[in-house]
Amino acid sequence: MTNPLRSDADTRLPRVAGPCAIVLFGVTGDLARKKVMPAIYDLAARGLLPPGFALVGFARRDWEDQDFAETVREAVAEHSRTGFDQATWERLAEGIRFVAGDASDPEAYRRLGREIETLDAQRGTGGNHAFYLSIPPSVFPTVLTHLQESGLAQPPTPQAWRRVVIEKPFGHDLASAEELDQLVDDVFPPESVFRIDHYLGKETVQNILAVRFANTMFEPLWNANFVDNIQITMAEDIGIGGRAGYYDGIGAARDVMQNHLLQLLALTAMEEPLTFSAADVRAEKTKALAAVRLPADIDAHTSRGQYAPGWQGGLPVKGFLQEDGISPDSTTETYAAARFDVDTRRWAGVPFYLRTGKRLGRRVTEVAVVFKRAPHSPFPDRSVSELSSNALVFRIQPDEGITVRFGSKVPDTQAIEVRDVTMDFQYGESFADTSPEAYERLILDVLLGDPPLFPNREEVELSWSIIDPMLERWADNGRPEEYASGGWGPESAYSIVERDGRMWRRP
Amino acid sequence: MIRLEDTSGGEVAAAIAAERHRQGSPTTGMVLTLLIMADEEHQEEATSAAVRAARQHPMRIITVIPRPSSSPAPARLDALVSVGGDDGPGELAILRLRGALAEHAGSVVIPLLLADTPIVAYWPAVPPKDPSNDPIGRHASRRITDTTMGLEPLADLQERSLTYRPGDSDLAWTRLTAWRTVLAGSLDAHPTPKVDEVVIEAGARLPTAQLLGAWLGLRLSVSVRIVDVESTHIEAVTLSTPDGPIDVRRRAANSSARDHVHDDGRWQNATLSRPGAPATGIMLPIRGLDELLAEELRHLAPDSEYGEVVRAVTNPGLVG
Repeated sequence: MTNPLRSDADTRLPRVAGPCAIVLFGVTGDLARKKVMPAIYDLAARGLLPPGFALVGFARRDWEDQDFAETVREAVAEHSRTGFDQATWERLAEGIRFVAGDASDPEAYRRLGREIETLDAQRGTGGNHAFYLSIPPSVFPTVLTHLQESGLAQPPTPQAWRRVVIEKPFGHDLASAEELDQLVDDVFPPESVFRIDHYLGKETVQNILAVRFANTMFEPLWNANFVDNIQITMAEDIGIGGRAGYYDGIGAARDVMQNHLLQLLALTAMEEPLTFSAADVRAEKTKALAAVRLPADIDAHTSRGQYAPGWQGGLPVKGFLQEDGISPDSTTETYAAARFDVDTRRWAGVPFYLRTGKRLGRRVTEVAVVFKRAPHSPFPDRSVSELSSNALVFRIQPDEGITVRFGSKVPDTQAIEVRDVTMDFQYGESFADTSPEAYERLILDVLLGDPPLFPNREEVELSWSIIDPMLERWADNGRPEEYASGGWGPESAYSIVERDGRMWRRP
Repeated sequence: MIRLEDTSGGEVAAAIAAERHRQGSPTTGMVLTLLIMADEEHQEEATSAAVRAARQHPMRIITVIPRPSSSPAPARLDALVSVGGDDGPGELAILRLRGALAEHAGSVVIPLLLADTPIVAYWPAVPPKDPSNDPIGRHASRRITDTTMGLEPLADLQERSLTYRPGDSDLAWTRLTAWRTVLAGSLDAHPTPKVDEVVIEAGARLPTAQLLGAWLGLRLSVSVRIVDVESTHIEAVTLSTPDGPIDVRRRAANSSARDHVHDDGRWQNATLSRPGAPATGIMLPIRGLDELLAEELRHLAPDSEYGEVVRAVTNPGLVG
């Protein structure tokens, strides 16, 4: 039955999550403290959490409710977007609980079950619970199995729901991803599984679709007739920091390329969806991913590297092999780049260059669509010597926005001279600083049961099947190449584009 | 601030452009022009709220202050101009219209309107009789009034009801968003959202109470009683359902020292009681004028929900 107080015309009313609780597994991780806890608080501050909302921590710690609450409070005070407000905090804190227990102890899950029932009675959470697994993937099987065996994965009534939220990595190759997906699917129905790729929660990523499909002037050019190549970059200026345990053995391709970069590729390459429903958007993304192909000569078209010790932005920095917790003979790559092709009529012959790395020149994520040169130039060569290709760039972070590069006459020259200029649209200016964090959006969507921004099992598995051959080839082929900290990657990264007669943009 | 005396609309526009050039950024990303029509008493609060809202919606703000005089005085325009800087990314022009010019504000603002972007008109206190036919309001696709701030809130609201045109909105309605969110949310969770009666306890002369009553009456097709409780707030809303009442009630301001502090600040504490669920405390944000304006500027399409509701307001004050 529909709620008479809601109507599509009433755009002011936000959707608010129904009665529910989040059960957080893994309460001390970086992500939990820096992203998940602050996002939950920010949702509360924006009035988007239901009355009686509860947050339950579950971990192997000798803690009482207030110890966990204090951990959350510190995380919120340090990282929340909306600023710490005591009264909002006290409201949220009323619903904070902690269950101490080992992830492999059935008795701990029975305690968790009793706590959840108590919350349903005391706080009116209605049997609706989202299990947020902010834990290493190695613990997934244990937790999922126990959630099933303890009956916690089953909603108590047909109206209630149980959902599970998992963070990347979703496996480390196709086989392990399938195994994990099977395990999750055995415990939760597919529509109750939410895989978080926080890039998809970002306003600018959603804006790729808005710009492409709400305008007239871009989509006619969005094909092999006009586009020369597409470059998708996610560069970090920092090293691995304290994440050696997570990063060693994973590397840049698994950590970033398999999920974020291929999702950005799918959004850039996909056809127009019938509607913006989750099913229709996923259908088009899946088709795009299914058409992605890695070139047969993997050595020639991929590049991997490790950052060397050196100087970055005026400061001395360690090399990857010198980082604490990294074995001196580690072959984990901190830089990965590759050419991909999308085998469709729209994209035939247009290379998609994807690159990601740590300790690069600066922190930037962008999708650059580089157009072909004009087929004929009436100007003499010397007039257009400083003109390169037109480009449309989606800047995803920082300074979210769009840049268009095109040629324009240089004023006050006797012979006409045409040079590259850029036109810039910046969200930082037009839809400024109140843009919600990606995690707020995604966590709210989990609680509302709204799936469009979450990759499903098929997308995850397709992505693995795209990069698996590259990972296998790399595993058999010695060491990654060293690259200078603070630059833009190893020599081989340049050769994969130069071989095709192209150049990387300097982001 | 650049001061221009005995000037013209064109000169003010040129001064803004010159200041932009001087700062090295002749092109700008302004998304709209906001025209504020106010007297001296209200212009400062409204203008500074708009400047804060410009952080979310970079805009050109033009505050028009008519200064009519009883004795015949020469027509004259004085202006203050400020661009960028610490006040945020927007552009600001404060115009004082003296003598006969006070009657011809439209002629002054036309050269100052940004090309091809929406125009929003805002009357922080005394609204025109008919905003969409007002000399300034006619230029605007969005016309924001604030009946709460007028001298005769209920009479003003009645006028809004009679003269409503798509594109009108009123901050009394904007102030209700938090209450409406809570009430709509309480029915989301309710398995059979059938409501038999609604009682609102509020100061009956509050336009917000009248609009809330009209909205609930319209959407739930029930009779709404507004019980006058001598307050400057909406104190409580009770929806009677077959399963029992859904009740949202502000907590008394002095129930504890801490609640009291927050009652004057950004939040008011309230209690939500529903059938079959424990009563829970909730927070209703009290938003400043800048946040209210920012909400208005977020959705620039005509607010048809407001339109239906304001036209359903009949003889306010006689209800209940």
